[in-house]
Amino acid sequence: MNAVLRRNGLGLVAWLAGIVFFLPIAWMALTSFHSEADAATNPPSFAASLTLDGYREFFGSGGGASPWPALVNSAVASVVSTLLVLLLALPAAYALSIRPVKKWTDVLFFFLSTKMLPAVAGLLPVYLFAKNAGLLDNIWLLVVLYTSMNLPIAVWMMQSFLAEVPVAVIEAARVDGARLPTILARVVAPIALPGIAATALICFIFSWNELLFARVLTGVVAETAPVFLTGFITSQGLFLAKVCAASLVISLPVLAAGFAAQDKLVQGLSLGAVK
Amino acid sequence: MTATTTAPLAGTPARTTRQPSARLRAWATRAPLLPALVFMIAVTQLPFVATLVISFFDWNALYPKARHFTGLDNYHQVLTDADLRHSVWTTVLLTVAVVLASLVLGLVLALLLDRRFPGRGAVRTLLIAPFLVVPVAAALLWKHVLYNPEYGLFNGLLHYVGGPQPDWISNTPLLAVEASLVWQWTPFMMLILLAGLQSRDQQQIEAARVDGAGDWQIFVHLTLPHLRRYLELGALLGSIYIVQNFDAVFTITSGGLGTANLPYTVYQSFYQAHENGLASAAGVLVVIGSIVIATFALRVVSSLFREEVSRA
Repeated sequence: MNAVLRRNGLGLVAWLAGIVFFLPIAWMALTSFHSEADAATNPPSFAASLTLDGYREFFGSGGGASPWPALVNSAVASVVSTLLVLLLALPAAYALSIRPVKKWTDVLFFFLSTKMLPAVAGLLPVYLFAKNAGLLDNIWLLVVLYTSMNLPIAVWMMQSFLAEVPVAVIEAARVDGARLPTILARVVAPIALPGIAATALICFIFSWNELLFARVLTGVVAETAPVFLTGFITSQGLFLAKVCAASLVISLPVLAAGFAAQDKLVQGLSLGAVK
Repeated sequence: MTATTTAPLAGTPARTTRQPSARLRAWATRAPLLPALVFMIAVTQLPFVATLVISFFDWNALYPKARHFTGLDNYHQVLTDADLRHSVWTTVLLTVAVVLASLVLGLVLALLLDRRFPGRGAVRTLLIAPFLVVPVAAALLWKHVLYNPEYGLFNGLLHYVGGPQPDWISNTPLLAVEASLVWQWTPFMMLILLAGLQSRDQQQIEAARVDGAGDWQIFVHLTLPHLRRYLELGALLGSIYIVQNFDAVFTITSGGLGTANLPYTVYQSFYQAHENGLASAAGVLVVIGSIVIATFALRVVSSLFREEVSRA
């Protein structure tokens, strides 16, 4: 009886913790549907009537800048860089797992070490290079930088996913006369595909979130969604509903990608060290 | 005599025909790796070399003609500049506080989630959510929606219990930044530690329980030692990300009120003050600091990695 009570009690504590951690997001969502007047009250108006005004304001009906160019830029930077990462990381991971080169662990750790150097230290030369090459405020510069930012993570993750393909199965297919493309399509892909998808989602999240490089290297044309959000840092007056709507809309792709990759999230974030 | 001269002669052509094909095969194995490797070296290693070189020059972007070699002068200036020294200290404080707090909270949450209870999956989803908010959005949420002294949620809730109405960001700026980061990073720690808890040897725990060990004894003598490396991994990966944090400092306090950490200072010294040489020297110092952490991190990852490889 005591054990049952304790187990349920701890379950209740877990639920409480979950609610406390989620509360800011829930409050952000609720506020985004309030009118600006109801959003900025003390004590908070929990039961105020709901409206889409915050979203209309965010999407530019109030005469503010439209967020669409920034959202499109972010989508281009994230999606294209993720595709490039897959294109570069898949063959590399193949050469580090299924048909490993000599000293493959050393190569793997070289990729990891590049991730551990702070990006901020390379910012200035990149900025000077971009300025001289006329690449400032150009979304394709961010595509290249985000590719390099995510490539080590992707190589590590995919290496660990491809390593899960049993060598014996590949050998058996080869003995049966299957060629490399067939082996990749019929044997490797079915096993590694969920992992590859998770890798892509995680790379997408990191690119979508990035602020420092986007802030320094873009201006009016290539501005990304996080840079657009920094416009709200010093805003004054009634704008809470708009900020909440903006934050929520811009976070939605990340929330969706994160929940889709939930099961492989740890493995990706710990660079394959934890399964 | 002829035998000894013909033998190597006979061996030579054989070796020369075999050697290119072996070399060719080695390159064929390496080929898939090369694009990624070359790309990484070009995009991540070259800028660091450039940073290192620039850090030895007195170079203000507004006076490009006055650029000249100064040796270690920038480093001297960075290390003796009170503001910059303060930002080093802030970086250490911010990183240690956020990593420790989110690690402890993450451990508690992971232990709670490791047991079966109704709705466990739903609670896990609720707990992961803070990590999946865009960092700038999360920082804006804390700055405007939670911390605002007049209409923020915190003071709103305090209002109900008749509590004080503090100006959170002005009173405790660094703590305000740290709290928002702890909220975002606790889920990360929880996920790693939960994976650690679920890889425990259940038979060993059952055996200990049969031998009369209590929950606390099992936790201290079996669970914690097993979790040690997962704790280390969480701490190190967390440190690597939080040492580099820019978004929260930039958004919540704009580096003011003594919260400027090194990444923010590097950003400011070249983006606003146009001091390329000083910014580079500060950047190199960030790298040196990170290498210290990274060396430990690599060791931990590598030991977990080798265990996985040997287990497979």
